[in-house]
Formats: sequence, structure tokens, C-alpha cells
Amino acid sequence: MTSRGALYFAIMAVVLIGTGIFQSWNVAFGILMMCMISAIMALGVNIQWGYGGLLNFGVMGFTALGGLTAMLVSYPPVPEAWAAGGSGIMLSLLLLLATVAAVMVARRKVPAQYKTLTTVVLIIAGFFLIRVFYLPAVDRIEAVNPGETGFLGGLGLPIIISWVLGGLVAAGAAWLIGKVALGLRADYLAIATLGIAEIIIAILKYEDWLTRGVKNVTGLPRPAPPQTEVMLAHWFVSINDFFGMDETRAAIALALKVIYVVLFLIVLVTIFWFSERALKSPWGRMMRAIRDNRDAAAAMGKNVTHRHLQVFVLGCAVVGVAGAMLTTLDGQLTPTTYIPLRYTFLIWVMVILGGSGNNWGAVLGGFIIWFVWVQSEPFGHWFMANVTMAMSEDNWLRNHLISGAVYMRYVLMGLILLTVLRFAPSGLIPERSKHSS
Amino acid sequence: MDILNAFAMFANFVLIPATAYGAQLALGALGVTLIFGILRFANFAHGELMSFGAMATILATWGLQGMGVSIHPLPTALLALPVGILAAITVALLSDRFVYRFYRHNRASPITFAMASIGLMFLLAGLIRFIIGPQHQHFADGERFLISAFEFRELTGLSQGIAIRQTQVITFVVALVVMAALFWFLQKTKSGKAMRAYSDNEDLSLLSGINPDRVVMIAWMITAALAATAATLYGLDKVYQPFIFLQMLLPIFAATILGGIGQPVGAILGAFVVAYSEVMVTYAFRQVVGLLGPADWVPDSMLQLMSTNYKFAVSFIILVVVLLVRPTGIIRGKVIER
Repeated sequence: MTSRGALYFAIMAVVLIGTGIFQSWNVAFGILMMCMISAIMALGVNIQWGYGGLLNFGVMGFTALGGLTAMLVSYPPVPEAWAAGGSGIMLSLLLLLATVAAVMVARRKVPAQYKTLTTVVLIIAGFFLIRVFYLPAVDRIEAVNPGETGFLGGLGLPIIISWVLGGLVAAGAAWLIGKVALGLRADYLAIATLGIAEIIIAILKYEDWLTRGVKNVTGLPRPAPPQTEVMLAHWFVSINDFFGMDETRAAIALALKVIYVVLFLIVLVTIFWFSERALKSPWGRMMRAIRDNRDAAAAMGKNVTHRHLQVFVLGCAVVGVAGAMLTTLDGQLTPTTYIPLRYTFLIWVMVILGGSGNNWGAVLGGFIIWFVWVQSEPFGHWFMANVTMAMSEDNWLRNHLISGAVYMRYVLMGLILLTVLRFAPSGLIPERSKHSS
Repeated sequence: MDILNAFAMFANFVLIPATAYGAQLALGALGVTLIFGILRFANFAHGELMSFGAMATILATWGLQGMGVSIHPLPTALLALPVGILAAITVALLSDRFVYRFYRHNRASPITFAMASIGLMFLLAGLIRFIIGPQHQHFADGERFLISAFEFRELTGLSQGIAIRQTQVITFVVALVVMAALFWFLQKTKSGKAMRAYSDNEDLSLLSGINPDRVVMIAWMITAALAATAATLYGLDKVYQPFIFLQMLLPIFAATILGGIGQPVGAILGAFVVAYSEVMVTYAFRQVVGLLGPADWVPDSMLQLMSTNYKFAVSFIILVVVLLVRPTGIIRGKVIER
């Protein structure tokens, strides 16, 4: 990292500390946690775009897969639902795997002229066979106490395991998707991944047996005891009464946030370290060679398709980890909150602003953009309230301006992205190349 | 009689809604394909451009309603549409002047253009939500039905009615008129020919003295007009809500690529293929088939391939299959260099 980069990070730290002093430390730590998750997502996108030149507009989908894993790992199982339809679902899953395997074997063994035909026949046969077992099982599961469960539940394991598993699930999905969609031209890949993300979110929203759909799964267990629980705990109440101080509550809330910050920091540093190592290794040089001139790299004997698949899977895995962490932090899975502007394109603004191809830049972009994104809301309110000071309280224009102020953050993000693209296309911390060092 | 009844039901729930939807998609896809052909990039801000045009139309509609202007039984929005078109054209020309022109003159890669369109998407999405808010707006104030299911049954004596909503007819008629005008423009006028030449071979067209800035300007104006019209028709037919337009981008892109990039006829074909597949794959054919079978019999299953919630999947599957099997589209479109 250059001294300029270090300066940016120092400014960012000062701004966060300033938030702590002038707003509150709880707010500052809240922002810091989300900054770190954003930084991890930006690292994931940077691996794909900065290293490999892949345009993945499906970040939202892989974030959601990580979140789904967090829920599935941590939520206690619902035995009644498993008894009702567990076997049917398991059978459907096995059949799905069998179909995929059959298609893959067929594509290798069947002679070229029948390849497409066999694939289509196998997929259609698999689709109808699965439905025979799947649909009744779903009905039975969703009938079990729909007000409270109505889904299979999870494994009831500690949620922190899902940070690894979330990455693996996202990687698995990315491998399947990459097998089909990679090799497309860059902007076609972007369109295709945009669609995949929408499909993943649709699955989360409407497969009630898996996620409870729009009814949401709340109350996921946390890696640290939740704030309210500590506050109501017997020992805490007695300590608090003994001292008779209100500050203790805030202190406990803050201490819990610090636990999260430390956990997130461990993940961020680990992923960052591996990303940096990979970038500086011969593998990283090969990836950049493929990105800059794929024909030349292919002529040098590099298997471009395989490398693209590899980098796509790795990037999606990192995004999946961040998705699991995000759901852990929220303590709930709410499929309706996943929208592309927030979970796909905002991450892209982070990467472009920070400097694509540079991991320090991705992290910095994640921090800055998240901070601006969050703080623009109170700022927008404050600004609009001041601008419209002269108007009367019930003036419709004043109320409209104040209620609409929150959407100015989108406008701000658009302006940031356009400005960076135009005037500093290599970002705040540009990629280091042989020429400049 | 039963065959007729089954057809009436099919027409009512599949054929007519899908045709209206297809016409709306076609107008959107025509704009995307023009920009893809002339400026050679995937315009991710197209959905928001549509949304902006529809928003301006709605605001103008409210203004007209406030003044008491009405063209009942037609919806007031038709009278307000020119305002929406002008607003969309203004946005498109401003974005070209302040964003795309710079990259065009620098011969930037299509990816840079696409990324800049993401910036515009954010900008427009924010402005739209700031001005009109994120909630949905109904603004169709005309007569609801051209012929209601009840009237149809009375008229024909069938047990199944075909309801034809006025907005569906308006959609279809307006789309036809707009498309005819577009093809007349592209085939017969000098500017239209210049546009096609520029789309086919940029360098050769420049050599023959075609002014690229003019071609691009006309392309943006047409695209914006089509976008505003498409979104207004969609809003009249269903409902206007800002977030829908990002999701509509997928079927529109699918239609564009299916039809072949830069191919207006292809875009229309593609739009109807996408619309019909989307509606047919997600429609439960149970009762239609029941009418065809013996009396008082209905199939046990719903005969629905996919739940309506997965309609994105249809566009996506079409997209991927086309890209893998015939990347140039139905009508051989251009393959843009990376």
C-alpha cells in the first residue's frame, strides 16, 4: 500500500472515531461492523472483476445464499415438519443431484450430434420425476403449525459454523452457474448473473418449506448473547441496580458490539491475507494476464475457461461468507430485504471507487461507501429540514422533501460512480503494476 | 362448444394478457436493441429511463385531472404521454451529453459504458423515488372494459367469458402504431438509413459522411420515446411502481438477445416469445384441460409447470439457452467485439 492509501485509511479511522465522539459509540461500532462486511463483499467482487475481469451482477444472490446457510445452520430443527415431509424433500434432493450427474455424464459420453437432445430429455424427465415427490412433501411441511414454523428448520448448530459453510454453499452454486454461464461475453455474463440473483431471491421468498418465505425467520441464535438478553439477565439487573447507573447498559451493549467487531476483523484479515497472497503469486499474475489479454494468455497455454470458473467460484465464496455474517448480525433472515441496488450495485460502487484490482482499495471502498450510505440518511433529513425551514410545518412540499430525502443516497451513489469512472477510473488506490513500481 | 369454451378461457387468461405484456416488452426491447446496435453496450439504465418517462406521464396526468381535463372513456394518461416522452428524451440526451459522449469519443470498452449506465441507474432511481415516492400508483381512469366477461357470455352463450380490458387494447394499438412509425422511419427516411448503416458498420458509415453525433442523438430520442411509451402502457395495464423496472430489465434483455442484437424485428419477435413463454409456463392449465375432457372432469394436478413467482426463471432460461445455442439470436444480430 502506498502512503496515499495509508492516508485514506487514517482519514477513515478519524471519521469513524469522530462519529463515536459526536454521535455515539454505539452508532460508530454499528457502522464499523457493516463497513467490515461490506469490505469482505467488495473483496469478493474484486477477486472476480479486479483479478479476472468477470462482470458478476449477481452479488445479491450469493449474499442471500450465505444468509440462507446461516439460518439453516443455526435454527433448531422442527421435528414434526421433518416427520411430515423430510423424506420426500430428501428424496427430491437426491433425484436433483442424480439429474445433474446424469446430465454431466451424458454430456461427456453421448456423441456430439445427440448431446443437446439428451440433455433436454434428461432435464425434462428429472423435472417431472422430482415433482412427484417434491410437491406433496412441501404441502405436508407447510401445513405443520404454519403460524410459527411451517418449515423444516435448520440444524441447530452454532451460527458461527455457517460463516464457513455459507462460503461453501455459495461456491457450490457458483460452480454450477459458472459451468453454464461462463464463457459468455462480459456484458452477457452480467445480464445472466443479474437474472440468477433474482431467481435465488425468488426461491428464498417463495419456498416456504425452506425459509418460511416472506414470513421471515427471526430470533436466530447469536455468537454473542443478545443485548436484550444480557440486560434482562439476573446478574446484570442486580449489578445495574447496585450501581444505579444508566451508563452500564450502554457499556454492555458496546462490549457486545466489540465481540462482533473482533470476530469480523478475524474473518476480514484472513480473507484479505489470502487474497493478497493469491494476487502476488504466479496464479495472480496469470489471472491478470488472462484479464488483460485472454487470447494471448490462451495462446500461452493457459486454460482460460477453467481459470475463469476458479476465480468466479472463489469470489462468490467470499461474498457468501459475508452474507452469512450479515444474517448473523441481523439475527434474522428476511428475504424481502434483498434488493439489487443495495446488495449488488452498491458493492460495485465500492470496488470501482476503491480501485479495482487492488485489495486495499476494495476494503477502503467498502468502508467509505458504507459510511456515506448510512450517514447520508440523517444528513439528508437535516439538510432538507434546514432548507425548508422557512416553510410552515404542514406545507406539503416541505413534508415531501423531508420524506424523500432518504432516496437522495441513491442519487449520491450514482454521482460518486459516474465521477470516479470519468475522472479517476483506476480508483482511489489504483492497482499496482510493474510500470509504476 | 367445450372446445370453444376452453379456447375462450385460454384466451382470457393467457393469450390476451400475454399479448399486451409482449407489446410492452417489445417497445422496451426495441430501445435496448437500438442502443446496443448504435452505441454497442448493454444499457442497464434503460429500466429507470422507462420508469422516469412513466413518472412524468403520471405527474402530467394528475395535473390534467386537477384542471378537469378528460378524454373519457380513454384514460387521461394518453393525453399526458407526450409530456412523459419529452421528459424521457430530455433525460436521455442529458445523459448522453454528460456521460456517454466522453466515453464514445475515447472509444471506451462496452464494459465502461455499461458501468456508467449503472451510475445513471442509481441516479435516476434516486430521483424517481425522491419525486414520486416508492409506493405504487394507479392512474388508469378510463373505462375499465371494452367487453367484460359477463357481456361476452351474454353475447356468445359460452360458459367461459373473454374479458378484454381497455388498457390491453390501447397497449396493442399504440404499440402497433409506434412500431409501424419506427419501421417507416428506419426504412424510408434518410436519417433512418443512416442509423442502420451506422449500426451495420461504423467505420464505413463514417467514411460516407454520416454524422455520428446526429445518429446517436436520434437513437437516444427514439429509445427514450419508446421507453416512456412502454412504461406508461405497462403502468396503465398493471400498476406503476419504481422497483418493477429493474426486474423488467431481465425479460427485456432476454428479448433483445433472443431477437439478435441491433435487430428491431428480432426484438419484437423476442419480446413476444418471452411474454408468451412466461405466461404459459406459469399458468395452471387444469381447468382449460378440464373443459376439453369429459363433462364434470378436471385433472388432479394443477398442470402448472412453474409457480408464477418464478417468472424470472423463464426469461433467464431463454437467455441462457439462446446464448449457448445461437448467440447471434433468431435473426442474425451483430456480435460485438469485446
